[in-house]
Amino acid sequence: MRRLHLLFVVLLLTAVGLSVAWYKYDTLGFPLTPDRETETWTVEAQIAVDPGTAPASVRFALPSDPPHYTLLDEGFVSRGWGLTTQSSDRQREAVWTKRNPEGNQTLYYQATVYRDQEEIQPSPYPGPAAPPKLEEPLKSAAESFVEDIRAGSADIQTFATLLVKEVNASRPDENIAAFLKPDATETERTRLAIRLLAIARIPARMSHGVMLTDEGRNLTPTTWLEVHNSRRWVPIDPRTGTVGYPRQFLVWWHGDQPALTTSGLEDVELTFATTRNLRDAVETAQLQSTIAESRLMDFSLLDLPIDAQNTYRILLLVPLGALIIVLLRNVIGIRTFGTFMPVLIALSFRETQLVGGVVLFTLIVALGLAIRFYLERLKLLLVPRLAAVVIVVILLMALISIVSHRLGLDIGLSVGLFPMVILAMTIERVSIVWEEHGPGDALAQATGSLVVAALAYLVMVNAYVTHLFFVFPELLLVVLAFTLLIGRYTGYRLTELFRFRAFKTLAQARRPEPTGNDRPGEPR
Amino acid sequence: MAIDWPISPRRLRELGVLGMNQRNGEFIAQMNERRYYPLVDDKLLTKELAEESGLRVPALYGVIRSTHEIKQLAKWVGEHEEFVIKPANGAGGDGILVIDGKQSDKPLVYRKSSGRAIGIDAIGLHISNILAGAYSLGGRPDVAMIEYRVKFSPLFEKISFQGVPDIRTIVYRGYPLMAMVRLPTTQSDGKANLHQGAIGAGVDMAGGHTLDGVAHNRRVTHHPDTREPISGVAIPEWQSLLEMAAKCSDMTGLGYLGVDVVLDRELGPLILELNARPGLSIQVANGEGLRHRIERVDQHVDHLSRDETAAERAAWSREHLAPMNL
Repeated sequence: MRRLHLLFVVLLLTAVGLSVAWYKYDTLGFPLTPDRETETWTVEAQIAVDPGTAPASVRFALPSDPPHYTLLDEGFVSRGWGLTTQSSDRQREAVWTKRNPEGNQTLYYQATVYRDQEEIQPSPYPGPAAPPKLEEPLKSAAESFVEDIRAGSADIQTFATLLVKEVNASRPDENIAAFLKPDATETERTRLAIRLLAIARIPARMSHGVMLTDEGRNLTPTTWLEVHNSRRWVPIDPRTGTVGYPRQFLVWWHGDQPALTTSGLEDVELTFATTRNLRDAVETAQLQSTIAESRLMDFSLLDLPIDAQNTYRILLLVPLGALIIVLLRNVIGIRTFGTFMPVLIALSFRETQLVGGVVLFTLIVALGLAIRFYLERLKLLLVPRLAAVVIVVILLMALISIVSHRLGLDIGLSVGLFPMVILAMTIERVSIVWEEHGPGDALAQATGSLVVAALAYLVMVNAYVTHLFFVFPELLLVVLAFTLLIGRYTGYRLTELFRFRAFKTLAQARRPEPTGNDRPGEPR
Repeated sequence: MAIDWPISPRRLRELGVLGMNQRNGEFIAQMNERRYYPLVDDKLLTKELAEESGLRVPALYGVIRSTHEIKQLAKWVGEHEEFVIKPANGAGGDGILVIDGKQSDKPLVYRKSSGRAIGIDAIGLHISNILAGAYSLGGRPDVAMIEYRVKFSPLFEKISFQGVPDIRTIVYRGYPLMAMVRLPTTQSDGKANLHQGAIGAGVDMAGGHTLDGVAHNRRVTHHPDTREPISGVAIPEWQSLLEMAAKCSDMTGLGYLGVDVVLDRELGPLILELNARPGLSIQVANGEGLRHRIERVDQHVDHLSRDETAAERAAWSREHLAPMNL
């Protein structure tokens, strides 16, 4: 019963810890490893306007939920213009207005985007397209053209691909030659493809976007075609019929209309500039989850002030150190001074490095012990003696710092980070064990403590571990679960296999067999 | 020398050897209610309780509870030239000072069991350390007890060196489970502590005879200092000693208990102290795991229609808990 209960708690904690961590990793994009940088793009739309004297207004389509990309951040620069943003069902737009514009001006819109998905999200089927009204003989020509293509295609996607290829062929089918001027622009060809697709009742739409290039200047939007295959919009290159967007294509707006509609302007020009940035992956994920309005991130350590964050970076490692202590004491069976003293020593090793830390620790404890033995001869009371040891320890630390600094060894300076009260208590404990149980026991336990501290340090200083527990603190629930599990471990400790090794021969020696000693009391 | 490889956990389990984790998790945690711990952790309480239950303990000369009472030491000690000072809540036998006799009156100097001289001031300092909690768990303030110095019986004289050999019995659900004699050696500095090199000798439950001993987890047949064979010493009053141990279990309410008894030359078996977390070395000393005996007691107790008296339990143990080897 108690076992089942524990098992349930352990499973629950593990499941919660792991699933929250998985969600943050998989959905919010928090990196599992430190120092990962993600690629983000800054896209700037520059709208150069040459207003007249009348009140001017500029409506500009803004990207909303572009396929493959997530919008991390956006901003507007438009001095002296009134700005509102509005969104209709699938399109967001910014509206700039000014009553008395004067001279050439440039409006800026800047967006930071991040490619985070390989798949295009499904979207509801908009219903079959309404066939365009065409006069004969154009109608028959279009229909027979569509029929030809239908015969050679398997599904909506291949149909659309074939159709686009036909429209772009250098010598187009005679049936559609009538629809197409020889010098038709890309947009016109796309528009034609959409009309022809509508004859086959396939919903299709135009999309416009920017090719993201590093340090790209004066970019103009490119037109693309999207057909709905009843699950999602499938992009098709209207020039080649290739399926899918290029990797660095950012869809800006949809529909057969320009991005800009203006009134009261003499001239307007829209260009794009793009830059590639590398950004800390954690930061990107954080921004992204803010945009996704994830409730989870309201409880993130990443929102704390930096110095509090740094405190938690260390604090979150203490449970891990505690787990190591549990493992080493209850499963391996190493004896240490004080239960969690080695964790605190390990924390201070973070500043001194391992070798330096071990040397300094040994040095201070050895010197402290010598002084403690001297104090023993003075027959002091316990508390004053402890205080005296603390004072001596601090003096020793200062001395070590000064001497090592003189010698040009910087490592000695970090000795000040040792928890001196813990050191003093350790010295006191070592000396009591030394007196009561002999130097062997004292040294064995001191070495045990140092080994445990070193192991705890090696785990706690690991950059991956630090990162993992700071970004995914919910993993502590897994640590807790594991600790609870060990709490019920009743098997042998590794050291007991050595301690009880005499049983290899003892058990035989004690077999009930009459010996010269004539032992009574064998089983009757 | 051949390498002394560790034993396999499977073999240990077969032998029924109890590990630290199992002892803590399955026996101490389940059989010993925490509220009863003070009864054994506080030796002063144990002593009072034992006296109420009619069990024999070393006589208490006095208790020193605060620093200004240290001056009253002479009053408590009175004419006794031999006495023991120990912390009431000491852990693992730490902080026990054994005074063997008076060396001189002016200045007042005593002699420790090791033979070294110790002045009254040094004794006072030791007491103040006890009071400050130097030897208690967690450094809590403690009280110092001054009590009768056991004149240990010559029974083990040949197989111990200085110090007081004691008999440790583990009592499980009121039934004496296993016993051993702890014999001090030069190496253990006269202390009956197996960690420090004292010899643990198993005791045959039925007759109370010592078996071979173990020192540092190795089998020994002869005491290293006296060269006398360890096995075959018959402990007198074995039945009443086991009854005492069984009564301690009733008295404290602890289901898994270590009872330490010393044999006094004049007073017979005296209860020295009780332990709610008795060590596991007793298994090595007896060359047998505790597990199988525990199972036999469990079986027996589960089929009982009435509670047995301490005498009945001691007799049952003597009859049924003989060594059982695989």
